[in-house]
Amino acid sequence: MSQDFRLDNIGMVNRNKKISFTFNGKKYFGYEGDTIASALIANGVHLVGRSFKYHRPRGFFGVGVDEPYAILQLERNNERDPNIRATEQEIFEGLEVKSVNCWPSVNFDIGAINNFLKMFFPAGFYYKTFMWPPSFWYKIYEPFIRMAAGFGEASIKHDKERYEHKYEYCDLLITGSGPSGLASAYAAAKNGARVILAEDKPRYGGSLLTSDVNIGNQTGAEWSEKIITELKSMSNVIVKNRSQVFGYYDHNMLVMSERISDHLPKTQKYLPKQRLWYIRAKEVLISSGSIERPLVFGNNDTPGVMLSSAAKEYMKVYGVLVGKKPLIFTNNDSGYETAVEFKKNGINPLILDTRKEPSSDIITEAKNLGIEIKYSYVVVAAKGYKKVKSADIAKISDNKKDLSNIENIECDCICVSGFWTPSIHLASQSGNKSEFNEKIDAFIPKKSKQKENTIGSANGKFTLEETINEAFNKGYEVSNKITENNNKVSIPTVVEKKSTEHDKFWCVPLPKGKSYKRFLDFQNDVAVTDIELALREGFRSIEHVKRYTTLGMATDQGKTSNLNGLQLVSDIENKVVPQVGHTTFRPPYTPVSIGAIVGREVGKHSKPTRKSPMHEWHEKNNAVFVDAGVWLRPRYYKQGNETLFEASKREAKNVRKNVGVCDVTTLGKIDVKGPDAAEFLNRVYTNAWLKLPVGKARYGVMLREDGIVMDDGTTTRISENHYHMTTTTAQAANVLSHLEYYLQLVWPELNVNVVSTTEQWAGAAIAGPNSRALLMKLFPNTDVSNEALPFMGYKEADLFGIPAKIYRISFSGELAYEVNVESDYGNFMWEKIIEVGKEFQIQAYGTEALSTLRIEMGHVAGSELDGRTIPHDASLEGLVSKKKDFIGKRSLSRSAFTKPDREKIVGVVPLDKTTSIPEGSYIVKDPKAKLPNPKLGHVSASCWSVEYDNPFSLAIIKDGKNMIGQKLFAMSPLKNKTIPVEIVSSHYVDPEGKRVRA
Amino acid sequence: MLYIFCPHCGLRSQNEFAYGGDATVKRPELNKEISDQEWNNFVYLRKSPRGKHLELWHHISGCRQWIKVERDTSTHEIFKTYKADELTE
Repeated sequence: MSQDFRLDNIGMVNRNKKISFTFNGKKYFGYEGDTIASALIANGVHLVGRSFKYHRPRGFFGVGVDEPYAILQLERNNERDPNIRATEQEIFEGLEVKSVNCWPSVNFDIGAINNFLKMFFPAGFYYKTFMWPPSFWYKIYEPFIRMAAGFGEASIKHDKERYEHKYEYCDLLITGSGPSGLASAYAAAKNGARVILAEDKPRYGGSLLTSDVNIGNQTGAEWSEKIITELKSMSNVIVKNRSQVFGYYDHNMLVMSERISDHLPKTQKYLPKQRLWYIRAKEVLISSGSIERPLVFGNNDTPGVMLSSAAKEYMKVYGVLVGKKPLIFTNNDSGYETAVEFKKNGINPLILDTRKEPSSDIITEAKNLGIEIKYSYVVVAAKGYKKVKSADIAKISDNKKDLSNIENIECDCICVSGFWTPSIHLASQSGNKSEFNEKIDAFIPKKSKQKENTIGSANGKFTLEETINEAFNKGYEVSNKITENNNKVSIPTVVEKKSTEHDKFWCVPLPKGKSYKRFLDFQNDVAVTDIELALREGFRSIEHVKRYTTLGMATDQGKTSNLNGLQLVSDIENKVVPQVGHTTFRPPYTPVSIGAIVGREVGKHSKPTRKSPMHEWHEKNNAVFVDAGVWLRPRYYKQGNETLFEASKREAKNVRKNVGVCDVTTLGKIDVKGPDAAEFLNRVYTNAWLKLPVGKARYGVMLREDGIVMDDGTTTRISENHYHMTTTTAQAANVLSHLEYYLQLVWPELNVNVVSTTEQWAGAAIAGPNSRALLMKLFPNTDVSNEALPFMGYKEADLFGIPAKIYRISFSGELAYEVNVESDYGNFMWEKIIEVGKEFQIQAYGTEALSTLRIEMGHVAGSELDGRTIPHDASLEGLVSKKKDFIGKRSLSRSAFTKPDREKIVGVVPLDKTTSIPEGSYIVKDPKAKLPNPKLGHVSASCWSVEYDNPFSLAIIKDGKNMIGQKLFAMSPLKNKTIPVEIVSSHYVDPEGKRVRA
Repeated sequence: MLYIFCPHCGLRSQNEFAYGGDATVKRPELNKEISDQEWNNFVYLRKSPRGKHLELWHHISGCRQWIKVERDTSTHEIFKTYKADELTE
């Protein structure tokens, strides 16, 4: 197998290692170190994709992150990776890639008909087309747009790859390892600074790898190799390749994505595929270099038209010729460097220079080498469909407006150079307002906003000598600020060819009678005519023009198109570019995979899972779990083929009849301690707390300042200055923050401390008529009689040698106790309860039965205390003290809260006593009323009452207490149900509360 | 991501903190007669200035102290941070 376009004696790829891969099903080979782009070009393949809108054939335009065309879909280790840039992805054995945005194939693409229908796809076509008739939208337009839009196909499989996040801190982060990056890193590292040097490409050195320069008597490549080797050996330096710093955020936080395994056939053991670095840097030096600007002419998107710097890099780094009959079209000296490189490799290029009589070292060298140069010449249009076959060229008048006779010359590639655009993205993201530099026709960073400096060609310095001097000095200066060391390294001498001024000309006029498409944005198919149309239609702001035409909005973010677009707008508007301004640069600089952003926080790792100490017992006993906040709680314990409904009914019934035990470890617990604890609770809760005796518990409700119920729970006075507060599982963290807020900021004079003890205690609620009998067996040495341990009483006791706390509190409405032991004894406690409870027919019950029990008792929970209710709405007005002040009290006298017909809690029973009412149903007077049917309220919670063996629900309805006895309707449009119901008291079972006091 | 100086712990990233709103709001004293208007202002009305603002942050994943942060809301520049008991007037 020979590669027609591979050069033998040049390049940095490893010729000893051949690598085979497939592109669109066909097998090719390249060498280790090749990108997909370089390997395909070596094989003479230039047609790799179709354009976004017109489906025109597309090849390669660049050689790195700026590539707008060559976006492919990759299969690696049975995983699909859409939208990878062929110019960045290195090849590995077995790599499979294919073209996107074309059907049935890249060679014959039906979508290319759009190219001939282009009058239907002007700028903003999606705002104008697809509008009528409206009925066409779902069936015709949307499927069509979905099929036509986008590039690769995302995998719908779970991504098995591992991605990691890493936090790092450094004195100095340097983004880019070109001459300025290397020099500044070296100077700073030698001065003792902790440096991170990030390089996007696999190879370090940037432009030094391809320019014909000499630093300290070494070639650019040799010098960069020497510096990078030394940097790598220093303990205060982290050097990373394949790492793109893509975002500059507040307070010098930068984010970098490191592609660790993308270039390998398979991710290695113990390594992630990609790693996202969050870097907090004391100082940042942006050395991101510059990107060559295209020149604009007819059909300038034809495969074979590419940046001249890319053509040079393909030769020097990869040993690959982009063509054998190259045409160089340039407005500056850079094109000459590419031409000289072609010539040195035995290829005869032709240079078209838009300038009239330029002269410089490199031009002289080109002449001396015998390269043919045509001055004041332009390419009018590229010819050829799937590959450049020839070019129409012409001499252009001095005022750059008129073209003379058009000649056609044969060529197989057109290398364009329209001068250089500094990559100011990161500087701009940091908040640096850029300024337009007339000398280079581009924006450069202005005054630093954060601790950042831009150096080298990213700062508009286009000679190596300037760059190296600036970078050494900046590296020293910045590191000196941080380390206060004074180790200055000497700056090497630089030899380079001097270049002369570039030509401001960039867009070739159309010849008479021709309507060639002249593209500005190659990825989004935005042509000169689109911008002209947008301006004709009245769009003026560059931000509007951008969004209307989609200029610069593709995944390449306009790296090659932005400035030409701005230039065109300012030309048409007769303004200068700085008046037009530029659009906002936003992170990410290059696309970042979602996997890297998510990192390890996938699946079970997306949030912590908390398990109670009794979790294993629940698992062994067939518990079906439910997420409760961050906790996993047993929902029910399945016996045989039981359904949720059957199991929860059985469990709840057993509580009412015998005794049940429920894991209540997840309840929030807060220790409140200090001489002012009683006073503090008195201000936090709506009811009175000053007189609660030691050894007693009390139920309390706390409000937000706006009067809405925040949480409820019982708090027990353990000793004089020590209270044990419980909160709901869901609000535990918020309540703690709430208490801390008042103690630290509002009433700092109160001598109180609060601390969460949720995880310190394991809790078991023992509920049912047999619970006291069980307790007597569990605590034989403790008097648990009704007199010694009355309702809302508290006792410390000994559970088979383990210290335990018994709270006589009840959520189920039955005679009930909550036993707490230190978490490590939780399982012991639970197993003892089950073991001893056997003779009392004990059964464990889950949250579903717990719900049933509390609903039929009319006890409120999260579904009633839903962030909209005040105590009165939930029939808790008895707990609201009239005598003392407390958080939120003043709000309760707001007129909206005192309205007599406010929604209040009631019970709801279906008339047929069999149909369950869906939660969320509306309560209405007349189910046939005109829509929208006036709603009286909603059903907040439903259960099957085990006491009466019929459905029962809680609802919050207008003027609730006066509705009791009325016959209304529960409507659930969602479930398509209308159920005749009767409104009853919310206290459906044991309304006098006899059982809990029994 | 902001870098906030906790007066108790030192410089910490924003993800250790929870935002707590305007630090200049003063809760009316307990048991004080107060008009609907005054109470409304306290509960609901907050200034949202562009520029320097004194705000509360809660170091929830750190020392659990509420702190006051003087920050420019448009540039995110943090001028100074204070403990809860500082700047009480």
